[in-house]
Amino acid sequence: MADATVTGGMPAGLGARGAAATPGPMVAADGTPLKASLARSLRRQKMRALLLIAPLLLFIVVSFVLPIGDMLLRSVQNGIVPDTLPRTVVALRDDPAEVPGEAVFEALYADLVVAEEYKVHTQLGSRLNYEMGGASSMFRGAGRAVGRFGTDIYAEQFEDADPALVDPARWAVWMADPAVREALPRTADAYDAWAGFTAELGGDDPAAEELGDVVYAALYRDLASGAQAPGLPAVDVAGFESVSLRDEFIADDAGWGEPAIWDLLRTFSPRVTAGYYLNAVDLQMGPDGVEMRPEGDRIYLQLFVRTMILSVTITATCILLGYPVAFLLASLPMRSANLLMILVLLPFWTSLLVRTSAWKVLLQQQGVINDLLVWAGLIGNDGRLALINNQTGTIIAMTHILLPFMILPLYSVMKGIPPTYVRAAKSLGANDWTAFWRVYFPQSIPGIGAGSILVFILAIGYYITPELVGGTKGVFISNRIAYHISDSLNWGLAAALGTILLAVVLLLYWAYDRMVGIDNVKLGG
Amino acid sequence: MALPSYASTGQRVWHYAFRVICGLILFYLIAPLLVVVPLSFNAQDFFTFTPEMLRLDPAGYSLEHYRDFFTNVDWQGPLWNSLAIAPVATLLAVALGTLAAVGLSQSHVPFKRAIMAILISPMIVPLIISAAGMYFFYSRIGLQGTYWGVVLAHAALGIPFVIITVTATLVGFDKSLTRAAASLGAGPMRTFWTVQMPLILPGVISGALFAFITSFDEVVVVMFLGAAGQKTLPWQMFIGLREQISPTILAAATVLIAVSILLLAALELLRRRNERLRGLTPN
Repeated sequence: MADATVTGGMPAGLGARGAAATPGPMVAADGTPLKASLARSLRRQKMRALLLIAPLLLFIVVSFVLPIGDMLLRSVQNGIVPDTLPRTVVALRDDPAEVPGEAVFEALYADLVVAEEYKVHTQLGSRLNYEMGGASSMFRGAGRAVGRFGTDIYAEQFEDADPALVDPARWAVWMADPAVREALPRTADAYDAWAGFTAELGGDDPAAEELGDVVYAALYRDLASGAQAPGLPAVDVAGFESVSLRDEFIADDAGWGEPAIWDLLRTFSPRVTAGYYLNAVDLQMGPDGVEMRPEGDRIYLQLFVRTMILSVTITATCILLGYPVAFLLASLPMRSANLLMILVLLPFWTSLLVRTSAWKVLLQQQGVINDLLVWAGLIGNDGRLALINNQTGTIIAMTHILLPFMILPLYSVMKGIPPTYVRAAKSLGANDWTAFWRVYFPQSIPGIGAGSILVFILAIGYYITPELVGGTKGVFISNRIAYHISDSLNWGLAAALGTILLAVVLLLYWAYDRMVGIDNVKLGG
Repeated sequence: MALPSYASTGQRVWHYAFRVICGLILFYLIAPLLVVVPLSFNAQDFFTFTPEMLRLDPAGYSLEHYRDFFTNVDWQGPLWNSLAIAPVATLLAVALGTLAAVGLSQSHVPFKRAIMAILISPMIVPLIISAAGMYFFYSRIGLQGTYWGVVLAHAALGIPFVIITVTATLVGFDKSLTRAAASLGAGPMRTFWTVQMPLILPGVISGALFAFITSFDEVVVVMFLGAAGQKTLPWQMFIGLREQISPTILAAATVLIAVSILLLAALELLRRRNERLRGLTPN
């Protein structure tokens, strides 16, 4: 800092006129121009500051920011359909019919044979079941059925035509030949998949194992569409008996003949989906674009609205209860204010679970408050109030928990209001109410703003207290997010709901930063 | 706010009514904690005052629930887990947080606002969202269900408090003291440890207390990130409250209230010391 010494006595201005008045550019002790020297020193200071911050920044990015990013990614990520049914997804692209034709069913057959071996079709089924009831059982059933489909007739017919066609060793040679692979694309694909799971799951050599029906079905399809493969024995498949996979699937479950499942597969074909977000606001992708979900399935909008209403109610109650207390604390002499402050700070420092359990004990039907009311004769013994497991319970307990977050910022703002203004107003003839309302109150509004945003931000994300005292009517959106993570395992939907909540909170955070400044947050007075 | 001698009757009534209202609100704040303490000595497995207790009959009171708390492995395991997680998370948060707060208090910090916003964000983002994101991400990298996963997460949650308290102390720090140390030949490390650190220590300690209580009280993140081996005290209380509410919870709650009274007293002493050091005496 002290390494830049000004030569030439006068601290001349750096403007054009100043430069003209001095004999030459100012230089530091080591001869470099002062400007460059100062810039270097400033750069060094900045670097040092950043180096001090870097470890923590890195830590927070890895332990906190990346996880949040992962959640955002999961809310749009949708690999399960294209990963499990890759051939079907491609085939569906070329078939716009409501219930697609044979080609798509053949692709689905090949996909399901592979998926069944890897046991992943049930995962897909349970995932799609969130969107359409019954999808799970369709996939489970189809997974069992593909092994029994009538596709075994192809192997017999090919063997009758030329026994070489069922020789695994020859197949291994053919399938290594690029010319054959090019001529029989479907067969090559089916063979690769079959060879893949045979080697990987069974640990067998594909060149020595009897080929799966899925390969012969693909070969029939390739040859029937007129393919000529070099090296393979010539077979005329025109006289072959064939089997319609479409009929086989529909015979297994009539659902495959309905448009619903195909709409669903088309919707979830892209790897990036807005499906979770649509679901999170009670919308769905219908045949004619976005539409509302059926009346009975709409829960999230209502839950968001309830979360908002309860949070606003709690914030308002906090203002109502916090303002008088902060006012009293700010106007009392320091010593008694500090004493009363303990009553505010002790709950603030007590474990959230302790306060929640206290309310659970107090608010029960056989709890202290009801006992007290019965004893006082205000209510009859059979008319005990339901104070818990409903919205009342949530509001009472959460107001109690968040009240210190309102009182503390209000108090620090009120401490800064000079009492002279109110005195001046009174001396000019204002009565107590006018002096308060027109002079004191407007000056305390920043405190109300800061406290309200803080309480509101904390309230809309609450999970523990509503879970324990809220019953079914008093729960928040957070409880639904937790449910989807740990119980229903619909992580994509949990991530979408979380992202929406996060967006609301960040918006408020930004507002708070503009209004109060993040670095002005006060903790505990 | 003393009442002037010329106050009218209306003003007098309002003055006392206002104090009564404030008294009721403060009662609402403190009463739940006060009710829990005597109930935890209940000899019965009830969550309300029994007639014996109201008569102040010694037979109505017992230490049974405390005995259960201090001997039952269902409670002791979580207690020790909490004590194994919170101090390590606190240490991590304080070490990194203090370093960064010193960096942030320099006069020229590029992107200061953005950096500050990122560092404070774990305090602002709802816990359920942090828990969800950490659960997804930590399972990818194999930290889910491990001790270190919980410690890292708790350290991240405690850092904003360290940053806030330490930067607040640094605002009142006289920079000419470090310059004086430097001019007398002390290197940056020596200046920091012998001049700056003793002066900002109250802020560092109160930040540490905040970080400790954040980890010690935290339940949402640990429920998602932890396995059964990391079950903490608040987690056990949560399970107790949701499934089989047993009066031992009240004994646990009373112990925790005692812990928070100790923490509050420690903080108050630190605040006074800090003000004295800055030459601002209270009163």
